Amino acid sequence: MAENTAAGLTPSPLVKAAPLTWLDHVVNVIKLVIKELRSIRADPTMLVLVVYAFSISVNTVATGAVTDATNMSVGIVDEDGSALSRQIAEALLRPTFQPAVHIRANEIDSSMDRGDFLFVVEVPPNFEADLRAQRKTQLQINIDATIVAQAGNGANYLKTAISNEIQSFLSGTTAAKSSPINLVVRTDFNPNLVTSWFSAMTQVINQITLLTVILTGAALIREREQGTVEHLLVMPVVPAEIMLAKMLANGLVILVAAMLSLQFVVHWWIGSPIAGSRLLFLLGAAEYALVVAALGILLGTLATTMGQFGLLAMPVLMVTQLLSGSSTPMESMPVWLQYVVKTVSPTPHFVSFSQAVLFRGADLSLVWQPLLAMFAIGSVYFIFALSRFRRVIFGS
Amino acid sequence: MTPEGIAAVPVETKREAADSAPAVAKVAGASHRYGTSIALNDVTVAIPARTMVGLIGPDGVGKSTLLALVAGVRKIQTGTVTVFDGDMADKQHLKGVRRRVAYMPQGLGRNLYPTLSVFENIDFFGRLFGQGPWERRSRITELLGATGMSPFEDRAAGKLSGGMKQKLSLCCALINDPDLLILDEPTTGVDPLSRGQFWDLINTIRARRPQMSVIVATAYMDEAQGFDWLIAMDGGKIIAEGTPRQLLERTGEPNLDDAFIALLPESKRVGHEKVIVRPRVTPADETPAIEAEGLTRRFGDFVAVDHVNFRIGRGEIFGFLGSNGCGKSTTMKMLTGLLPATDGWAKLFGSPMTAGDLEMRRNVGYMSQAFSLYGELTVRQNLELHAQLYHLSPEKAVARIEQLLERYDLRDVADKRPESLPLGLKQRLQLAVAVLHEPPLLILDEPTSGVDPVARDAFWRTLIDLSRDEGVTIFLSTHFANEAERCDRISLMHAGKVLAVGTPQELVKARGSASIDEAFVEYLADAAGIDRSKKPAPAAPDNRTDKTDAKAAAPGSFNPARLWAYARRETLELLRDPIRLAFALLGPIILMLAFGFGISFDIENLQMAAFDQDNTPQSRQLLDGFNGSRYFSVQPPIRSAAEADQRMRSGNTQIVIEVPAGFGRDLLAKRQPEVDARIDGAMTFRGQTAQNYVIGVVRKEGNELTSKRGASSTGWNDDDIEMRFRYNQAFLSVNAMVPGVMMLLLCLIPAIMSAIAVVREKETGSIANFRSTPITRLEFLLGKQLPYVAISLISFVTLFLMAVGIFHVPPKGPFLILLLATVIYVIATTGFGQLVSSFTQTQVAAVFATAILSMVPAINLSGLLAPVSSLSGSAKVLGLSFPSAWYQPIAVGVFAKDLGFTALWPNIAAITVIALVFLLLSLAFLRKQEA
Repeated sequence: MAENTAAGLTPSPLVKAAPLTWLDHVVNVIKLVIKELRSIRADPTMLVLVVYAFSISVNTVATGAVTDATNMSVGIVDEDGSALSRQIAEALLRPTFQPAVHIRANEIDSSMDRGDFLFVVEVPPNFEADLRAQRKTQLQINIDATIVAQAGNGANYLKTAISNEIQSFLSGTTAAKSSPINLVVRTDFNPNLVTSWFSAMTQVINQITLLTVILTGAALIREREQGTVEHLLVMPVVPAEIMLAKMLANGLVILVAAMLSLQFVVHWWIGSPIAGSRLLFLLGAAEYALVVAALGILLGTLATTMGQFGLLAMPVLMVTQLLSGSSTPMESMPVWLQYVVKTVSPTPHFVSFSQAVLFRGADLSLVWQPLLAMFAIGSVYFIFALSRFRRVIFGS
Repeated sequence: MTPEGIAAVPVETKREAADSAPAVAKVAGASHRYGTSIALNDVTVAIPARTMVGLIGPDGVGKSTLLALVAGVRKIQTGTVTVFDGDMADKQHLKGVRRRVAYMPQGLGRNLYPTLSVFENIDFFGRLFGQGPWERRSRITELLGATGMSPFEDRAAGKLSGGMKQKLSLCCALINDPDLLILDEPTTGVDPLSRGQFWDLINTIRARRPQMSVIVATAYMDEAQGFDWLIAMDGGKIIAEGTPRQLLERTGEPNLDDAFIALLPESKRVGHEKVIVRPRVTPADETPAIEAEGLTRRFGDFVAVDHVNFRIGRGEIFGFLGSNGCGKSTTMKMLTGLLPATDGWAKLFGSPMTAGDLEMRRNVGYMSQAFSLYGELTVRQNLELHAQLYHLSPEKAVARIEQLLERYDLRDVADKRPESLPLGLKQRLQLAVAVLHEPPLLILDEPTSGVDPVARDAFWRTLIDLSRDEGVTIFLSTHFANEAERCDRISLMHAGKVLAVGTPQELVKARGSASIDEAFVEYLADAAGIDRSKKPAPAAPDNRTDKTDAKAAAPGSFNPARLWAYARRETLELLRDPIRLAFALLGPIILMLAFGFGISFDIENLQMAAFDQDNTPQSRQLLDGFNGSRYFSVQPPIRSAAEADQRMRSGNTQIVIEVPAGFGRDLLAKRQPEVDARIDGAMTFRGQTAQNYVIGVVRKEGNELTSKRGASSTGWNDDDIEMRFRYNQAFLSVNAMVPGVMMLLLCLIPAIMSAIAVVREKETGSIANFRSTPITRLEFLLGKQLPYVAISLISFVTLFLMAVGIFHVPPKGPFLILLLATVIYVIATTGFGQLVSSFTQTQVAAVFATAILSMVPAINLSGLLAPVSSLSGSAKVLGLSFPSAWYQPIAVGVFAKDLGFTALWPNIAAITVIALVFLLLSLAFLRKQEA
C-alpha cells in the first residue's frame, strides 16, 4: 500500500509473498531472541534476582553448609573427677565441638529430651584408676540419633577424640602407634573434604534449574497475559519460533550467569578448583538449560496466571531438585525411585555430568551417557511443550 | 440519542430541583496523587442528595478516585470529604457510613466471586451486613425477581454475560438498602439492551426508595443525557457542573459528546476538528476485501461465532457493534488467521484465509482489544521488531519507520517505553504498527475504548485518510454509537450471531428508531424475544426506611457472623479452584514422598573396589571385611594403578583400597604396614562418612588379624567406648526426617496458601468488598485464615498416616499433644502467610516471597538439618523467632522421643506467642482504606 496508489486502486492489492525459507525462520528466531533479551534487560527485578541467585546466594549456601558436623554441643557426666576425665572434657575443641558442659547423671534424660546436647559422655566412677589397673571399664557416649545429619560422623569424631586421649594417657605416646595397620586415607577431588566446594557447585546447578524454569515460564505467561503473543502470531511467525526464541534467550542469560558464577564465585571467591574442561561443562550446561527451558514453557502452558504458575512450579522444582542426587546421594534412594527419576527428569543426569566434569575432570568419553539422556528427555519435553503451546495459543 | 429506559423516570421538575437540594456528599479542596501523577487536583464539589448524579469524562481524569474518596475506600490525602454530614476522616463516622453506602467498583463484575453462584454472591453480602437467613432469602428472592435473574440463581457469576454480571453486582450493592449508591462505570462494555435494562432497574429502585442518592461515573455521554445532574471532569479537575440541559445550552452543542469537547480547556482542544467522513469511491474491482460464509467457531460446547456471513467491499470502513463476549473478537481472530474456524470459510481479496497461512498474514494489519505491544521495548524498538518480522528490507524498514514516526506524531516519544504514554498515544502507536507493512486490510478490535474524545476524533481522521486516500479496507469493532455512525456500513452482533448489516442510516430507518443505539436495542430485544412496549410497573414506594438490623447496630465491634461469611466464602472458592486445591492437598503428599525418599543421610552401598598387590591370606582377610556389609558394595578388583584412576574419575567407584605388596609379611612382623584408601570426596558428606566407615573396618580387621596371633591386651580397647544411639536405635534417617518434613510442609504450604488468599483479592479487585463493607480487619484476617487452618489439619492427618503407613515411622508419644501443637502451629504459619501478604501485591510475588522467607528458618534454622543447639548468634535468634524451631522438637519429640505435655508445653506456649505476634503485625499492616 504505497503512497502513490491513492484513490485509483490497483486491480488486486493482495501481496503474494514468497513462502518463507528456512533462512527466514532462522532470522525470525534471531530477531525474537533479541526481543526477548531486551525484555529481560527491561525487568530489573528479575535481573537482580538472577545476579543475587548466582553470587551471594551461592556463597551463603556454600559457606553456611548445615549438614557439616561442626559446633556440636556435648554434655559430660564426670563421675570420676580424675585428671584423665578432665583431660577428656578439655580435648573437645572448636570448631567441631562446643566446650563440654558438665551435668549431673540425673539430668541426662531431660537435657537430651529437650535437645540441649547432641552428645552426652558418661565417665564412670574410678575410670582412671580402673584403666591404670588394667581392669575392665567402659565409657558411654549417648547420642541423640534424631539429628541424623551430624550424629553419625560427629559420634565418630567424638569417639576418636576420646580414644586418642585415653591411648595417649595409657602409652604416653600418640595413639597411632598402637594400631596394627597404618591406614593412609587419601580423598580424591577434594582432599580436605571442604564442604563449601561441593555445596557451591550444587547451588549453581540448582539455580540453573530454578531460574531457567521461572524465567522462561514467566516470560510466556507475561506475553499471554498482555496479549502480545497474539500480536506476534498475526505476523508471519510460527509458534515454534516464539517458543524457541524464549528458550534460547532465557537459557542464554542463565548460562552466562552460571559460567560467570562458576569462575568468579565458585572458583575465585570460594576457592574450589575446577578439574575438568570448562568448555565441556558449557556444552552440557547449554543443553541442560534448553531442556529445563522447555520444562518452563510446559509449566507456563499448564497455568493460566502467574499465581497458578507459581503454585505449579514450586513443588515441581522442589521435587526435581531433591530427587536429583545433588543434595543427598542418588544411591540412598530406593532403587525403583532412582529409575523413575532418571526417566522423567533431566536433572540427575546433569548433576552426574557436572560432578564428573567439574570435580573429577572427566572427559567426553566418560560423560556421553548423561548428555545423551538429557537429549532424549529434552526432546520429549520439547515436543510436549510445543503441542501444549500451540493448543493454548490457539485457544482450543 | 437518549435510550428510552433512562428517560423513563426522571421528572423535569426534580432535575431542576437538584440545584437547591441538600448535598449527600461534599468534597472540599481534595487532591490525590499516586506517586508523581496527580489524580485529583484541588477538587471542591457538592453532590446533591436524592438525585442521580453523573460523573463524566474519559479514562484517567480522576472520576474513580473521587468516587473512592466519597465511598470511603481510599484514604483522604488532602482536603475534606463530608458524607451524610459527617467527616470521612473520622473513624467512627466512617464505620457508620459503611453501613449506608454501597460501592460498585469499576470493571465488569470485579467485586464478584466468579466461581460462586449468583445466589452465593448476594448471600455473602447479606451475611456481611448481619442479615439472618430468613431475611437474606427474602431479600435475594426479591432482588433477583426485580432484575429478572431468578432463573440464573445457581449459575456461577463468572459464566454470566457482562450485562448480567453488572446486574448481579447491583443486587449485591442493594442487599442492605443503601442510602447512597456509588457506581463506577457500571455499563462499560455492556450491550445497549442490557444497559437500558440496567438503568430501568436503577430507576425502579429509586422510585421505590426515593431517599436513595446515586452517583455514577460513565464514559458514555448518551447515557449521561438521562441523569439529573452532571459533573464533567478533566485532568483531575471539575470543568463543569449542571443539568444536562444546562451544559448543552452553555456550549450550544447538539449533544453531550460535542459539549464535553467544548467544555475542555483551550489547550486540550488545540488541533481538534470535527470528524468529517468523506464519501467513499467505489472501486472498479468488485472482489470483496473480506468475504465470509457460515463462519463458525466453537469452544467446547460454547458457540462463540455462529454461522456468520458478510462481504466487505474494498476501501470500506466496516463497523462491528456488539457487547463484550458477543463474538466480535473471535470473528476478527479468525479473519487474521489467529484462530482456525470450526466451520465455514473466509476469503481475503478472493483468496482463502486459513490459520497458519503465513503468506496471507502479510496482507492484514491487526490491532487487538487491549494494548498489546511490548511495554518493555521503546516505541522505536517495537516498530523495528515488527518491520523485521515482516521481513522488510533494512533500508525500507528505516524509511518506513521514519515516515510513521512523523505521520503518527510519535517522534517525540520514539525512545520512550509505551508503558509511560497516555492511552491515546499508545493507540496511535498500535495503529502505526498495524499499518507498518502497508497491508490492504486493517482489522481493529475496539481501537478507541477508554480514549478521550479529542484523541478519539484524531484517531478517526487517520482512519478516514487511510480508507479514502489509500484504499485500505478497515474492519473495526466499537461500543460507541457515534463511531458507528461514521462507518460506511455496520453489522450488529449478539451472542455469536449477526443481527443486521447495512449502512447506519438504513438500519435506523428499518427500525424506525431515532438512533443507532436505539435501533440496536430493538434488534437485540427482538433476538431475545423481549416485548419492549411493556414497561415494568412502577413499584410502590418502600417505607422500609428504618434500618432493620438493629442487632448489628454497633459498628466495628467483633462480629462472628461476618467472620464466618468470609470463611465460608473462602472455603467455597477454594473448593472450586482445582489448582489451589491440588496444591493444598496433593502438594504435601508429593513433597512428603520426595523429601522422605530424597533426603537421606543413610550412606549405604558405597561402591568399593580393591587393588590387592599383596594377595596373601592377611590381605584377603582385610579386604573380606568389606564384604557383607550394607555400607559397601564390593566391585570387581582393580588390576592396575591406571585402572584405579580411571574408575575413580568415572564416578563408578567411590572407594579404592590399595594393599601394597608385603602387607601380610609386615603385618606379621608388627611393622605397621601401610594400607592406602582412596575416597571420592566430590560429594563431601558421602566422603566424610565413607572415610569413617573405612577407618572402622580397617581398625577392626587389623585388631582381629593381630589378636588372632594372641596379641597382648592392654585392658583397654576402643570398643569399650559404648555408643548409645538414643531415640533412633537403628539410626535411620527416615525416623527423624519424616517428622521434620511434616514440620516443613505444615509451614510452607499453609503459609503460601494463606498469603495467596489475601493477595488474590488484591489482584482480582474483590478486596474492594473488604474496604467498602462493615467487616473489620480482625474478622477479615481470621475469616480468611480459618479455611486454611482446616485444610492444613487435613494435610496433617494425611501426612501422619503416610508417616505410619508408608515410611513405617509410628509415633511413640501421645497423638493428642501432637494434634494440639499442630493446630497452634498451622495458625502461626498461616498467620505468617497473611503477614507476607500485607507487603506483596501479586500472587506470584506472594508465592515466591513466602517460600523464600519461610524456607531458611524452616529448613536451615529449625533443627531439621542442623540441631538448634549448634546454632549461634543471630542465626539462633532468627531461628527461635520462627515457629518451626519450636515445632520441630515437638514433632520429633512425639514421634521419636516419647515426650508428653510436661516436656513439650514450653514449646507449645512459644508457638502460641509467635502466632499472636504474627496476627498483631498483620493487623497493623492491613489497611482498611487504600492509599
